[in-house]
Amino acid sequence: MSKIHVKTRINGEAAEFLCEPDETLLEALRDRLHLTGTKEGCGSGDCGACSVTVNGRLVASCLMLAAEAEGAEIGTIEGLAKGAELDVLQRKFVEHAALQCGICTPGFLVASKALLEKNPDPTEEEVRYWLAGNLCRCTGYDKIIRAVLDAAAEMRRA
Amino acid sequence: MALDEYEKRDFKVVGKRMPRPDAIDKVTGRALYGADMHVPGMLVGKILRSPHAHARIKAIDTSAAEALEGVRAVVTGADFPDIAPGEARNVRDNTMARDKALYDGHAVAAVAATSAAIARKALKLIRVEYEILPHVTEISDAMKPDAPVVQEGFVQENVPEGFSENVISYHQYGHGDLDAGFAQADKVITRRFRTAATHQGYIEPHAALASFGADGTADLWVCTQGHYFVRQLCAEILQMDQAQLRVTASEIGGGFGGKTTCFIEPVALMLSKKAGAPVKLVMTRQEVFRASGPTVSSEIEVRMGMTKDGRITAAEAELHYQGGAFPNITVQFGAMAAFACYDLQAVQTRGYNVLTNRPKQAAYRAPGAPMAIYAVESVVDELCQEFDLDPLEVRLKNAARKGTRASYGPTYPDIGLVATLEAAQAHPHYSAPLGPNQARGVACGFWFNFGGDTSVSLSVDFDGSITVTEGNPDIGGSRVSIAMMAAEELGVPYESVRAVVTDTGSLGHNEVTDGSRVTFAVGLATIKAARAAKREMCRRAAKIWGIDEDAVVWEDGCAKPAGPNAGKFEPLSIKEIAAKSSRTGGPISGHHEVNAEGAGVSFGVHIADVEVDPETGHTKVVRYTVFQDAGKAVHPAYVEGQMQGGAAQGIGWALNEEYIYDEQGRLVNPGFLDYRIPVASDLPYIDAVILEIPNPGHPYGVRGVGETGIVPPLATLSNAVSRAIGRRMYELPMSPPRILKAIKGG
Amino acid sequence: MASAPVTPPDKPRIKVRLWGSLRAATGGKEEVEVEATNFKQVIDALARDYPALRPQIERGVSLAIDGVIYKESWFTPINPDSEVVLMPLMVGG
Ligand code: FES
Ligand code: FES
Repeated sequence: MSKIHVKTRINGEAAEFLCEPDETLLEALRDRLHLTGTKEGCGSGDCGACSVTVNGRLVASCLMLAAEAEGAEIGTIEGLAKGAELDVLQRKFVEHAALQCGICTPGFLVASKALLEKNPDPTEEEVRYWLAGNLCRCTGYDKIIRAVLDAAAEMRRA
Repeated sequence: MALDEYEKRDFKVVGKRMPRPDAIDKVTGRALYGADMHVPGMLVGKILRSPHAHARIKAIDTSAAEALEGVRAVVTGADFPDIAPGEARNVRDNTMARDKALYDGHAVAAVAATSAAIARKALKLIRVEYEILPHVTEISDAMKPDAPVVQEGFVQENVPEGFSENVISYHQYGHGDLDAGFAQADKVITRRFRTAATHQGYIEPHAALASFGADGTADLWVCTQGHYFVRQLCAEILQMDQAQLRVTASEIGGGFGGKTTCFIEPVALMLSKKAGAPVKLVMTRQEVFRASGPTVSSEIEVRMGMTKDGRITAAEAELHYQGGAFPNITVQFGAMAAFACYDLQAVQTRGYNVLTNRPKQAAYRAPGAPMAIYAVESVVDELCQEFDLDPLEVRLKNAARKGTRASYGPTYPDIGLVATLEAAQAHPHYSAPLGPNQARGVACGFWFNFGGDTSVSLSVDFDGSITVTEGNPDIGGSRVSIAMMAAEELGVPYESVRAVVTDTGSLGHNEVTDGSRVTFAVGLATIKAARAAKREMCRRAAKIWGIDEDAVVWEDGCAKPAGPNAGKFEPLSIKEIAAKSSRTGGPISGHHEVNAEGAGVSFGVHIADVEVDPETGHTKVVRYTVFQDAGKAVHPAYVEGQMQGGAAQGIGWALNEEYIYDEQGRLVNPGFLDYRIPVASDLPYIDAVILEIPNPGHPYGVRGVGETGIVPPLATLSNAVSRAIGRRMYELPMSPPRILKAIKGG
Repeated sequence: MASAPVTPPDKPRIKVRLWGSLRAATGGKEEVEVEATNFKQVIDALARDYPALRPQIERGVSLAIDGVIYKESWFTPINPDSEVVLMPLMVGG
């Protein structure tokens, strides 16, 4: 089986890779491009640890074929901070102790970023439902929800 | 000794919410977890698993797989050497079956290949000839004298007669005259409970990267709660010296007890040894459910007598736990913990440990306690309803306190249960009004907490900054707490301290991160290591000043003359002493090695308000508050996090989570879609109220906090749901169909 | 059945409480007396005086001394008037 050549953009930069036809975007990101910030918790679309954006839309990268990234604009956790400067969400997650083990954190941050871009002033309930596709087993979500709401408030003030 | 460690003091750093050193790496994606490591020439490992619950392996033909291009090694049970009976042998046989597959998902062969696709293809080429045997997955079936025997030779000497060979251990605790106690009661009830097996549900699957050298040394990178224990187990299984195997713990994506042992590591090492190349082995989520270590399922009977004014006169419980195809001691903890919250004149528990054709259980947060205490706390609640008594009043009336003889034997020293109950009673949540279809439940919980082997090394670097080297994987912010304790003890800014979790080649042994031990035991060793470094710095200052070292004291991060008689010298800061250390005798560090004792038990009380939809049977948790004694909360945000996380796991256990087996003994829900853990929209904010009743066994009064939080939610939810629907629930999880059935009087 | 231990005059006798399922090994006694001044001596004396306890001692035991659980530190001193309770080895949480 010959490999597919994919040209794409990742976090604002041109990227290309070779992949198997049945390879997922998650596998390509992690194993070919070594962008291991995106995590695999289930491989079946149920945990959200592999969340990325594709052309601005929130996607579970374990459910998308790598070949489909051709010509797309991919956003991963590695692109969230601007150099050394953390995104407001990242800062608020640290401040609110919204992570314990941290394995779910990249997925939550990418998903929360996508939420706040659509809805800068979400209610607690809206945040909870938006993030219902992201599993966290450590925190009971309490501090995550607080961090997202606080980040939203700060972004509105800015 | 251990009991007089605690000294009251005003804290400068401890108790504040400091930024966590590893947090930036974790929010930017830079932190490296088990599956994130890549090394040159790395092969991909995959495991073939039994589709049968119980089958004799008559033959395995791996020749076709070996012949496939790109396959570098194939491993089966026959590759592993013989070793003496014990836990390492059980782990060996669990990570790779030998003559029998003991459960659906049991590993039977493994391959290493140049790509995942080739490895998967190779697995399909392996021919295993099975002889299917009768299987048993449920406790009561497995106990019957004529049940299929899962494994022979494990029965301990004190197991009563009349059971199959699957009943391997028996544990009885208690004191007093039960008959006399029950005779004093106004009401005695006997109730039976069942809880399903649940999984820790850590989001990171098990992962290991093994690299075996031609010289017989090996390196292992692994997500684990205890890399020293992994080394110990793997070295024994592969029959190599522990010193030849260096294990590095990656960042760990959750464990909750489930990563305290090995599931794939010996296989990764054996594949690497045979292939002569590094091998990465990562479990899929399905494999995690089928072949890592869920907790036990249980069947429990409780009998309890109470007077009409709410005094428990006697209580007994019989606990039957199954934890899969290998021995474990979980039921023993259940039997010890069941009545630990109460001051009872007559009490007895009897625990039976049963083998079944299910995966080998692993610890799950306060192992054995949640289900036992669920049953007991449900019966207490039912009796409170019977006599129309306030459930917290009744618990206060019967609460264990200093001087109470615990149901598991010893007499309690200072403990925090009464204070915790009083805090719950006084909290506004307890008296808040309830809406239609809503009800409130309360329950207590308990855990022992452990200490254990700990090594810490603390170096005063030449610029006066501090490196604390410790050996326990940081699951939920332990590095920040340890750095804070070092800063506190040395009197230096928190920012100048960095805590590092090191590999097994760089520091003495450390017990697994278990039993809520790290902040307690590693904290204790860190404080002692800091004290050793302080003594050395005072000695250096004494030399510089030419005075007696007893005439130097350490205060606010500086060496100072002890008093006017010691001489007039300007204080020497840690920076100044560090800068001169080469010239005053060499590098300065302190270290401490100890088997830490005196961990101190911990109690918690939870309150939950639920709303049950009478049409669908769906339960919504509308308000939840956790009260727990932390001794001293070093970093309150992470203590709250432990309490909230434990509560959320307990809520999942109470309402949704369960291992479901079909007629063939196959697990039917090995994925997050059908094994549903709580999501953000299932839960309210979880309020955490921290009590601080100092632990006399720790210099700062710290107690373990990680586990107690999962104990009360099972009964808290069951009591709340039972009150909401007006019918008592006796089985977990309380899924909507089960609740509907109870409402309809089924 | 265990025979009564011989008492040299110099070592204090300590009462050790056993959990229920071990009482079969001590002829039904819930509490036994051994000569000991520390954890290790308690365990050794129990194994010597009550051989039927050996399988459990080999599996591992901890001691609660005055209400505090000591996992396995052999040289933890014990006073003659301390409350000593035998516990299974406290590991695996
Ligand atoms: S790994 Fe993609 S959703 Fe879990
Ligand atoms: S912090 Fe561990 S899973 Fe979310």
